[in-house]
Amino acid sequence: MKPIANIREKLQSYEGQKAFWGFIFVFPWLIGFIVFFMIPLINSLRYSLSNIEASSEGIQITYIGFTNYVQALTVNTTFNRILVESLIDIIVNVPLIVIFSLFLAVVLNQKFFGRSVSRAIFFLPVILASGVIMNLESSSLVQAVNQQAASSSGAINALSSFELERMMLRAGVHETIVLYLSGAVNRIYDIVSQSGVQILIFLAGIQSISPQLYEASKVEGATGYEAFWKITLPMVSPLILVNVIYTIIDSFSRSPVTDVIMSTGFDTFNFGLSSAMAWLYFLSIMLILMVSTYFISKRVFYQE
Amino acid sequence: MKIARLLSLDNWKRWLWSTVRFVLIVGLAFVILYPILQKISTAFKHQKDLYSPVVVWVPEHFSLENFRIAIWIMDYWNTLLNTILLAGITTILTTASCALAGYAFARLKIKGGKILFAGVILTILVPPTTILIPIYMNLREFTFMGIIPLLTGDSVNLLNSYWPFILTAITASSLKAGLFIFIFRQFFKGIPKVIEEAAYIDGAGVGTTFFRIMLPNALPAIVTVMLFSFVWQWNDTFYTTTYLTSSNVLATQLSSLPYNLAIQLDGEAGTNDPFFQSMVQDTGILLSMLPLIIMYLFVQRYFVQSVERSGVVG
Repeated sequence: MKPIANIREKLQSYEGQKAFWGFIFVFPWLIGFIVFFMIPLINSLRYSLSNIEASSEGIQITYIGFTNYVQALTVNTTFNRILVESLIDIIVNVPLIVIFSLFLAVVLNQKFFGRSVSRAIFFLPVILASGVIMNLESSSLVQAVNQQAASSSGAINALSSFELERMMLRAGVHETIVLYLSGAVNRIYDIVSQSGVQILIFLAGIQSISPQLYEASKVEGATGYEAFWKITLPMVSPLILVNVIYTIIDSFSRSPVTDVIMSTGFDTFNFGLSSAMAWLYFLSIMLILMVSTYFISKRVFYQE
Repeated sequence: MKIARLLSLDNWKRWLWSTVRFVLIVGLAFVILYPILQKISTAFKHQKDLYSPVVVWVPEHFSLENFRIAIWIMDYWNTLLNTILLAGITTILTTASCALAGYAFARLKIKGGKILFAGVILTILVPPTTILIPIYMNLREFTFMGIIPLLTGDSVNLLNSYWPFILTAITASSLKAGLFIFIFRQFFKGIPKVIEEAAYIDGAGVGTTFFRIMLPNALPAIVTVMLFSFVWQWNDTFYTTTYLTSSNVLATQLSSLPYNLAIQLDGEAGTNDPFFQSMVQDTGILLSMLPLIIMYLFVQRYFVQSVERSGVVG
């Protein structure tokens, strides 16, 4: 009888109630976490270290050590190239997307005619630019033809990044920087379409900065330019970290590595090799995440 | 005199910035809208217009032929209904389970709460690709930690049904659920503790406090999570194409559209043309985006506001 009385006593206190309900509330997630995350994760690690044979009696798993990893990196013809390409893609795109979305958030925060319409347009990619639509769009023939027609028509051509490139090279900017920037201009659709959520997050952050700071700085004679560097940027710096992480995570769904892993798994039924590839991908993403978090969090300004 | 000149210089600067801003925003908006406009224009074109050098944007022969074929091949209305059903169910269940978990992590004391929350972060960080194959095999012979075979004597195959989506949604582990739990936790942390304590003094238990006080207050976060969840589920091909191989939802229909087009259109004369097929494919994409765009038109104001207030920013 005593333990029950004990529990009942515990439940009557506020703290006890909180602990009880806390357990109830977390319980569904905990089951999901174990069944749909932890067990698959461990299994995936196990598969990646073994040879899997599917037969009529079920699957047979034999431990073979790191053979799958070695095979993924050295024998498989496409995997290491695609992995490196997609990692470089992430490293190139993340700074562009974060800077671009911060800039747009600042612009969209100003008061001007048609602000709500333009906000609505800029968040449209959050809804449209994902998954299958993107994939099919890139293979659309009509679009490709139209684009060709447009780019050969001269008017747009004059504004393309080629002129810009020449101008910057003449001005003495280093070649890699020029190529990086002109590449960004050419991929403007990709960048815009990937930065919807990031713009939202920055916008929300900018709006939470107290207007008194800006008023005070204006009284002291700061220009808008100075206010951006001395107030806006430090205040949203924690969100830069958030957005960098979000951008890296968001790139999972577009990564060509995913296709390679899926096709190795489901087309050729080489589950072991596929799991090894998935783990290599996961580990390299983690590496990028840790390095960028380390460098950014050193510079982040927290109010506390 | 001097002041007037200064004023005018300031004025000039303001005008210049307004112009630059205007050009920039219109240009970028055009970049975003371009593919959609392009698709709308293509969808109404007749096949003849494709080769006409005069036609760029406005078709010469308006026709609904593309829509007819795309609707026929995709089995559009049926598919649409399935997709709305699937996305709706997962959205409601995911929001409910994530709200509970988020509240527990924000306010209730759980043993090892910090470690568990690190688990939530881990689910955000691990690419879904890494765990897909074990989940796939798990669902093919679903045992639920060995409970189901005890009851029925055999494991069940959950693939090709909505069960994988329902189960992952109930247990807050569906698509990007970790992110939703994070949003809810940040939001609930922002609500003052005093409110809860007042409710407790007035005699409300933790459950009552959550359902009667915290949830109504969390409306912005709920709207944000529901919208994201609905949209991502709608567009998701990653899980959908693995869990559902033969069911009709828009995501699977779209990804097999090019293939179906090539097969179905083969019989009709004059349709065995890659450009025409591409035209129908564009129409199909437009048809599957249309419900989302219409929905967005109605909720976008609320969407922007709710993200601003939902404490994603924390």
